[in-house]
Order: sequence, then structure tokens, then C-alpha cells
Amino acid sequence: MKPYLRDKLPQKLSEIPDFTAYEAGYLVTKNAGWRNVRPEIDKEKCVGCLQCYLHCPDGVIYKDNGKVAVDYDFCKGCGICKKICKVGAIRMEAEK
Amino acid sequence: MSLNAKTLNEEEFFYGHKACAGCGGSLAVRIALKVLGERSIAVLPAGCMSAVGFNFPQLCFGNNAIISTFAGTASMLTGIEAGLRAQGITDFQAVGFAGDGGTADIGLQALSGAIDRNDDILYICYDNEAYMNTGIQKSSLTPFGAKTTTTPAGKNIRGNLRPKKNMFEIVAAHGIPYAATASVGYLNDFIKKVEKASKIRGTKYIHIIAPCPTGWGIPTDETVNIAKEVVDCGLWYLAEYENGEYILNHKPKEFSDVEEYLKKQSRFRHLTEEDIETIKRSRDLKWEALNKNFRNN
Ligand SMILES: Cc1ncc(C[n+]2csc(CCOP(=O)(O)OP(=O)(O)O)c2C)c(N)n1
Ligand code: SF4
Ligand code: SF4
Ligand code: SF4
Ligand SMILES: [Mg+2]
Repeated sequence: MKPYLRDKLPQKLSEIPDFTAYEAGYLVTKNAGWRNVRPEIDKEKCVGCLQCYLHCPDGVIYKDNGKVAVDYDFCKGCGICKKICKVGAIRMEAEK
Repeated sequence: MSLNAKTLNEEEFFYGHKACAGCGGSLAVRIALKVLGERSIAVLPAGCMSAVGFNFPQLCFGNNAIISTFAGTASMLTGIEAGLRAQGITDFQAVGFAGDGGTADIGLQALSGAIDRNDDILYICYDNEAYMNTGIQKSSLTPFGAKTTTTPAGKNIRGNLRPKKNMFEIVAAHGIPYAATASVGYLNDFIKKVEKASKIRGTKYIHIIAPCPTGWGIPTDETVNIAKEVVDCGLWYLAEYENGEYILNHKPKEFSDVEEYLKKQSRFRHLTEEDIETIKRSRDLKWEALNKNFRNN
């Protein structure tokens, strides 16, 4: 199961179980704010080799109609995907 | 045919974690779990991967996962495997992800015990070559010459004085059913090894080099390249141990430049010509032994 951002977050202590085990894949914060640069995928150039998807430490690149797309909520802008792309389909753009 | 980028499970089981951008350890954990799938139960001792994966209530594992004591990765794996087996549950994989400190230093005794009992577990050491989570202290897997906060580079001493412990062969010397080395720079090789290990009964050990941009002093986009380069320049090797035999999986035709590999990382930037010669000499000695004792495949 892919962990996902929850719609309803615990607001009070009483909504969090008072033991040390909890639901798997329970996300309450994004990582987008960590990023200075963002990968932009040129869908024309992309040949769908999936090497960027394979090597992303955060697993935020996903298959999209024979090409790939990025979950910007959790991309940290490390740039590994850009370096791995042999056809130059990924450009790092400064975040404004 | 073995798994690859196209056939790998599309699900993500390590997601939204708080590892630094470009973290090699998180890449190793993510890929291993994609191979092993939802029925794996992950054990993570104190170290970066537990620190970034469990920030309650942000829980970044999509499978069952638990934090162990620093020393107790292997013993907790043993307990999980025995406990589930006792309940008649069989379709699971108990897998540990421990750092170099957690493996080669404090966790070595528990790991040795598990191998001795031949417990049916998979132990993966993600080796970033220092105690990263506490601020880059030397472990016994820190290589010669590396600057850490406990092996600083000064006028008289230039970083770590001791060579990297040979964890892979120490594990193999137990007569373990399966052991392997890997690198996040060669993910297809790692995927193959995780898949193979998951099908073997008894104790399995995989040691994967997982660069840490923060501790190694490299740009965040260099993690995969540097993990490839450490293999290409001969300072790390891809191998397996199975049925009492050592197998070399990859033999560079010609080594790439060691100095280039070292000088890209701020932890090695202080090294002198002489230090680099020392490193090259020990690499050549290691390869002499590898060529003699390891079968090629
Ligand atoms: C018994 C014990 N001693 C010390 C610590 C403090 N500690 C937490 S993480 C860590 C470093 C772990 O290093 P390593 O195993 O290499 O993993 P990394 O952080 O590099 O991923 C240390 C020393 C602890 N949690 N428990
Ligand atoms: S920049 Fe890094 S985190 Fe973002 S998609 Fe590329 S590899 Fe993944
Ligand atoms: S590496 Fe480049 S070509 Fe390959 S899937 Fe990613 S963006 Fe497309
Ligand atoms: S300090 Fe290193 S190992 Fe730890 S999360 Fe950051 S990059 Fe990963
Ligand atoms: Mg470490």
C-alpha cells in the first residue's frame, strides 16, 4: 500500500491511540517545502524508459500513459532523476 | 527473467519519509520493499531510516514496520519470524534494514547469533560509511582516510586511520546460505539479489553501499553516480556467497580513477598523494585476493 496524505488529521491527543502501534502509511505532512528546484518532465522527449522512476529515492515519479509524472507533494528536488535521464527530458526549474 | 524497472511492483512502501534530498539509504529501502512487497515486515533499528520513517503520527511505511533497539535488528527479526510461524502464518518476509554502525559495530553479535541459528530472515545493511543520524561519527565501516566528526582531518592525522571492516566475508565465514554485496549505483543487480534472497530459506544478508550526500559531502544529485563510481574504481565490488562459494558478479575491465572518486567528496578532500597511493595499493591487494578466491560469473 502506498502511504498517502490523510484528509482528516488528528486534532486532539485523544484522537491518537495511546499505545505505540499505529496505522501503516499514515502521512500528515508534505515534503514539497524542502525543494529549491523542481524537475519538469518534457513529455515530447521522454521515451518512457523508467530509469528516473527507478532511481528516485522518494519514489515520487510514477508511470503515466507510457511516460512519467511527478508527485510534487513529496518531491524534494534532489535532481537524481535529471542526471539519470539519458535523453535529457528532465529540466530542473527554480522554485519561485 | 528477473525484475526490472518495467516489471517491478508499482506500489510504493516507503513514501513521504523525511530523509535528506538524494539519500542513498532511502533508495535502497524503497527498492528492496518494492521487490519484497506488502507481506514484508520491516525491522529498523536506531539510525537514519527509522528516524526518517517514523515521525509519529507520520508513518511512511506502507507495510508492517517496527523500530528495534540499536543492537537488536537481527534478534527482533528472529522473534517476528518465530512468532508468525507459531501462529501458522507463512506468507511473509521478515526483513531488517540496519546502518553500517548498527550492523558492523553494535548489531554484530545479534546478527551472528541469527546466522548461527539459521533463522529464516533477510538482513540488509545499508552502508553509508558512518553513524549519520547522530552527526557523522566513524564506524568500523568508515573507509580509510574519511573525515568524520570523530576522525577529523588535521595536521597530524588525516581522517580515519583504519581500513573498512570486511563485513561481507565475516558474514560469509559463518557459512550463511546466502550473502551478497550491492550498490545503489547498480540497482538492477540489487533487485536481482533481493529477489533471489527472498526465495532462499534460512538467513540471508545483503550489504548495499548507499551514499549519504550530507555525510560524504557530495551534491544531492550525485548519489547514484558516486555509488556507481565506487564500484567502477574498484573500491567496492559486487559479489555473492552461496553454497560455500564466492562469486564475483562484475569485473571492471579497467578501473576508473580512484583520485577522481575521492576528490569529489568533501570527506576525502584533505587526502595527500601519499594517502591516495595507500588507498590504491590496498585496492590492488584486495583485487588480487578477489581474482584468486572468487569465481567469475
Ligand atoms: C544503544 C544505543 N546507542 C546509541 C544510540 C544513538 N544512535 C542513534 S542512531 C545512531 C547512529 C546510527 O548509525 P548507523 O547504524 O550507521 O545508521 P545511519 O544513521 O548512518 O543510517 C546512534 C549512535 C542509540 N539509539 N542506542
Ligand atoms: S528531484 Fe529527486 S525527489 Fe524529485 S522526482 Fe527527481 S529524483 Fe525524485
Ligand atoms: S529517464 Fe527520462 S526518458 Fe526515461 S522515463 Fe524518465 S523522463 Fe522519460
Ligand atoms: S544524513 Fe545521510 S543517510 Fe541520513 S537521511 Fe540524510 S542523506 Fe540519508
Ligand atoms: Mg551509517
